[in-house]
Amino acid sequence: MVEHQLFNRSEYKYGFEIDVATETIPKGLSEDVVRLISEKKNEPEFLLQWRLRAYRHWVKLRQKQPSWANLTYSEINYQDIIYYAAPASSAKSPESLDDVDPEMVEAFNKLGIPLQEQKRLAGVAVDAVFDSVSVATTFKETLEKYGVIFCSFSEAVRRFPDLVEQYLGSVVPYTDNFFATLNSAVFSDGSFAYIPKDVRCPLELMTYFRINQADSGQFERTLIIADSGSYVSYLEGCTAPSRKQNQLHAAVVELVALDNAEIKYSTLQNWFPGDAEGNGGVFNFVTKRGKAQGLNSKISWTQVETGSAITWKYPSVILQGDNSVGEFYSVALVNNYQQADTGTKMTHLGKNTRSTIISKGISSGHGNNTYRGLVKVMPSAVGAKNYTQCDSLLLGDSCGAHTIPYIEVRNRTAKVEHEASTSKVSDDQLFYCMQRGLSSEDAHHMIIDGFCKGIFRELPFEFAVEASQLLKVSLEGAVA
Amino acid sequence: MLVIQDLHVKAGEQQILNGVNLQVNPGEIHAIMGPNGSGKSTLAHTLAGNPAFQVTHGTVTYQGKNLLQMPPEIRAREGIFLAFQYPIELPGVRNWQFLRSSLDAIREYRGLAALGVREFDRLFEDKRHLVGMDSALTRRSVNEGYSGGEKKRNEVLQMAILEPVLALLDETDSGLDIDALRIVANGVNQLRDKSRSMILVTHYQRLLDYLVPDYVHILSAGRIVHSGDSNLAKSLESQGYDWIKETMSGDLEATV
Repeated sequence: MVEHQLFNRSEYKYGFEIDVATETIPKGLSEDVVRLISEKKNEPEFLLQWRLRAYRHWVKLRQKQPSWANLTYSEINYQDIIYYAAPASSAKSPESLDDVDPEMVEAFNKLGIPLQEQKRLAGVAVDAVFDSVSVATTFKETLEKYGVIFCSFSEAVRRFPDLVEQYLGSVVPYTDNFFATLNSAVFSDGSFAYIPKDVRCPLELMTYFRINQADSGQFERTLIIADSGSYVSYLEGCTAPSRKQNQLHAAVVELVALDNAEIKYSTLQNWFPGDAEGNGGVFNFVTKRGKAQGLNSKISWTQVETGSAITWKYPSVILQGDNSVGEFYSVALVNNYQQADTGTKMTHLGKNTRSTIISKGISSGHGNNTYRGLVKVMPSAVGAKNYTQCDSLLLGDSCGAHTIPYIEVRNRTAKVEHEASTSKVSDDQLFYCMQRGLSSEDAHHMIIDGFCKGIFRELPFEFAVEASQLLKVSLEGAVA
Repeated sequence: MLVIQDLHVKAGEQQILNGVNLQVNPGEIHAIMGPNGSGKSTLAHTLAGNPAFQVTHGTVTYQGKNLLQMPPEIRAREGIFLAFQYPIELPGVRNWQFLRSSLDAIREYRGLAALGVREFDRLFEDKRHLVGMDSALTRRSVNEGYSGGEKKRNEVLQMAILEPVLALLDETDSGLDIDALRIVANGVNQLRDKSRSMILVTHYQRLLDYLVPDYVHILSAGRIVHSGDSNLAKSLESQGYDWIKETMSGDLEATV
């Protein structure tokens, strides 16, 4: 038989630490820390009060942390985390890209995200978030010509407080769940985008998140509003240094699509996954939800999850507007001792709402992969339709794949379909590829790429190439 | 080019080949016939390096090298091609892309530059016409949703593109109607030349009407029990395998 030997994973490419002067606050969480974060950011009163309500709610929740996920990890000591870390140079926010600290420009160059004018990624506007703050946003002027607002969350609070106040928490209320509540109390920065009526955003918008500081958590918040008839494609990438200790990442993303608007949200998640023995790695507890609020609106999530020691993430859509559409396309890969419990929730409220869920889980090494999804059709959702397909692929015999679908239908006219499959990369498939001259590694890669094809198709082209490479690198050494 | 000596092969605990001897020279076509379970496919898969089979005794020399020490992908790159009896499905892997990667790997091993997209596409189209394959199939995933005949044609297409030194055709005729058989045989015939050798594993004489072999060997219970020219296949067709069993006597060790 062709052996699936387990070797050490190849070096995590982004595991280096970038040496920058950083301002941090002492470890630990209290009402004072929440006030301090708000004060550092010169926030308006409404936001401070919102944070404090969240914090007080979180203190109550602390007694009963969620335990329903198919994940095993040691208890997180919330008093041992730094809740705010910022490059010292960011104390004075840069007026333009020319004012961005050269050290930061260099740091993002190393990560493959050029911020300088001449080297910028073609057709992509980037908001670069380093630890707790956004350090630069490219192509701002170009976007402003179209009336598109794309800036750090902090800047949005300063410049567009009314928009923030109107939409913040409108999709993910601060009471939503343990980690979302924590985020609401301590979030430090993130990205904000507003696409005005009838504007098709001329560039892909991208946020690149980097956790750098040791012992710090990252709690960013993203809010995207697509006004009537607008369209935006948004990308998200992330990395962190290789460290022996786990690091907590608890983000919240809220999307709002008004009448006839469409938001396409793509993620390549490549946080440090821990080493081959399962030490270190990022704990990724993320709440992502979109509200397809308007008539004929559409929200589409595509994610390629290869990083993190723990992934707990359910990008969801509330299908409120009549004829609205929700989509979820996912590839989740676990290797070594990684664990992922990920999926989606599609809540159908409007008439003739449609949702599609395609989930591909790949398990390798001692990894454990769970798809968890809810399809909920409310009584008002006349003619709602859902199609769900969950496929799992196993490599080797020490990994796990689980599929946990929940289906709740309260309207007789609804049509809900669910398909699931579990397969192994078969010895026959490998031999067939190798008989045609491919190495074992290339054969695996080809079979896995084929397995994920339907998802990669949903990604913007350059992202799709990167996603395929990312899978290859993440599995290097896992097969021989 | 290929010398098999006293080859013994097991699959799991079961002994399948019990001392096969065979020599194939450049440009020759050898047909291996025999009843079900006699070890015909095992011989083809063993030569291609399928890890499901273990060689317990014997040697195989291919172009002066010890074939049994080479991993399957190296055998492929050295020019051995196996057309599968049951071609394997690769969901999501486009046929065109699969073949391009294969050819790249083989050319790289031989120190040749990879073909550009256009060059490869031209080669692909030429060979596709040779085997009469529908262009829609080439955009589909490898063997997924193909009919039996389409799968066999696809094997011959791959063979035509990869241009092997030694082709092993494992029951490429089975499951084909007479028209498909003619097209497939015609495709294979066009690949015949004085340096390319072939071993045809087949159950029936009818393929040999189109693809006339230089030698025919009868495999029974894991050994070659009878060898002859293409007339042997005809006798077999008219008289059945029992005839072989009856005429078997004493030493039937056959070498060519």
